[in-house]
Amino acid sequence: MKKIACFLGLVLIFSMLLSACGGGGGDATIKVGVVAELTGDIPAVGASCKNAAEMAVQQINDAGGLDVGGKKYKVELFIEDNAGKADQSASAAQKLITQQNVVAIIGPNASRYAIPASEIAESSKVVLISPWSTNPKTTLNANTNESKRYVFRAAFIDPFQGRVVAKFALDNLKAKKAAVLYDVASEYNKGIAEFFKSTYEENGGTIVAFETYTTGDKDFSAQLTKIKDAGPEVIFLPNYYSEVPLQIQQAHRLGIDVPFLGSDSWGSTELITLCGADCEGYYFSTHYAADAATPVATKFIDAYKVKYGSTPDDVAALTFDSFGLLWQALQTAGKVDREAVRDALAKIPKYEGVTGNMSFTEGSGDPIKSAVILQVKGDKFVWFANANP
Amino acid sequence: MTYLFQQVLNALQLGSIYALIALGYTMVYGILTMINFAHGDLFMLGAFFCFLAATFLHLPFIPTLLIAMIGVAIVGVLIERFAYKPLRQAPRVSAIITALGVGIFLENFTLVFAPYPQSVPTLIKNTTWVIGGVSISSLQLIIIALSIVLMILLDFIVRKTMVGMAMRAISWDKAIVPLMGIPLDLVISATFALGTSLGGAAGVMYALAFPVIDPYMGVLIGWKAFIAAVVGGIGNIRGAMIGGFILGGVEILVAAFLPSTYRDFVAFTLLLVLLIFRPYGILGKPRPQKV
Repeated sequence: MKKIACFLGLVLIFSMLLSACGGGGGDATIKVGVVAELTGDIPAVGASCKNAAEMAVQQINDAGGLDVGGKKYKVELFIEDNAGKADQSASAAQKLITQQNVVAIIGPNASRYAIPASEIAESSKVVLISPWSTNPKTTLNANTNESKRYVFRAAFIDPFQGRVVAKFALDNLKAKKAAVLYDVASEYNKGIAEFFKSTYEENGGTIVAFETYTTGDKDFSAQLTKIKDAGPEVIFLPNYYSEVPLQIQQAHRLGIDVPFLGSDSWGSTELITLCGADCEGYYFSTHYAADAATPVATKFIDAYKVKYGSTPDDVAALTFDSFGLLWQALQTAGKVDREAVRDALAKIPKYEGVTGNMSFTEGSGDPIKSAVILQVKGDKFVWFANANP
Repeated sequence: MTYLFQQVLNALQLGSIYALIALGYTMVYGILTMINFAHGDLFMLGAFFCFLAATFLHLPFIPTLLIAMIGVAIVGVLIERFAYKPLRQAPRVSAIITALGVGIFLENFTLVFAPYPQSVPTLIKNTTWVIGGVSISSLQLIIIALSIVLMILLDFIVRKTMVGMAMRAISWDKAIVPLMGIPLDLVISATFALGTSLGGAAGVMYALAFPVIDPYMGVLIGWKAFIAAVVGGIGNIRGAMIGGFILGGVEILVAAFLPSTYRDFVAFTLLLVLLIFRPYGILGKPRPQKV
């Protein structure tokens, strides 16, 4: 009897919780969904994405709404956590599309989550813009190798980034021998490592060690000892900010003292917190430099600082740009309709964003834009060089 | 040659951490014939206790280690009392499922307080000596030495003390031994305290060697240590130590001489082959099934 009462009590509590979540939303609203990495292995990415998303929506709503086809629409935001898991990314996208009936989805950010979510968006014919995913597969159909119709991104892609870093190692650092250590279980890391390798070798460099590990590993001593033995002049670590500090610290402990290079996955201020002095002076490629900003970017950075008390990282900037692209597409389309938004987005001639100017051409979900190289200096990332497409 | 020596040193460091965690699995199995799948997460708690003591109390290494070991032991004993004890007469599967549940609870409990990976402050000033081309860090030596000291201490407790004798007696026959006046619950609690405190110590050393910690860090390590315990012969304390070093050695040496992508694949294939020839593990003995 006690058990039944207990069970009924639980049912009652849950039903109350559920009913509290329902309701809301009039006619003149645009529903936008966000899938972000709020928990899991890269929560700083999810937090930045959520902050920028809330700020982008708040700015529109504070101004009375978005003007689409002569009518003002308020924006309603639905944020889903993917818990840092591929399957939950797909189910979160599914939930936003079928239950919340959103017009478009922003996120997920990491390629390994953006790819499964993009499959759902593509088959449901809903626009998905991934702010931070740089792996080519996100916007490409795996079977036909053609561009997905409904999937876009605000970031540049890995072949471009791999080329930028490889050229930087050869031209600026004058390093002819490089080693790579990357996570073989993650699409982003694997893709960029391979693009780096091919460009580096085409331009006269030698890859002396090409070592791997799997997500969750913390001991890299075997691979690093092997790399040390191969004697590289530079080491490329296209890995996430939570793993890079361990790799560099262990390398230093083994007596490796060559410079390290990274990719845009380094670009969280968490890197500096976790790495301390060990990362000082190393370089990575990324989307924008907070210290060499355009007027559009300065405005965003100031507003973000006022609201959240910290400098926005690249994820925040790209999320903000993803929303900017969506607003522009909605206004061009002139109506709140999934198909019309898709058509407008696919041929945006010019969008002036926080991370620079970008444009889209029909037949590709990837923007045409440039990259920057940053250097870790003290507790900041400092602009070092520009790289154009 | 220096390359091989360096890799052997790496293997000893990894192996000693695996061995410490494997001991927790093996002790609980030895006495209750259940697999405490929450053990990997208790190891994670050890790392977080270390983080809390070092960051907020600014304690040096030894007190931090003691706090982490005692803290994890208390949590371990509480888990046994509230989650496993009521299921002692239930089918084994129920207890194992409960252990998995406790593990997920601990991960998500920690996640609420620490959603970000945390950085553990340096407790031991690290110096690296280069001897004949081999880099030896003081941290590495401390980890290996401390693990061996803890293992010898445990071996002594189990073989030479009254508590140890009671543990071995209970693992022999759980029904008769309490009739001889041995307090069953107390001995089981002591076993949990000892086993989990070693997991906690491993957590501290892991946090020092790899100072970025997160709530999920115990999952993969927990599985690997469990495999180490099985390879050594689950239920056998010396077997767990040997199993830990074997697993660490195989993992590092495979990565050292083959492409590192093959590491887990080759390492675990070798262990499977070993189990085909010695199904009870290296030091395990077949237990006659009582009808």
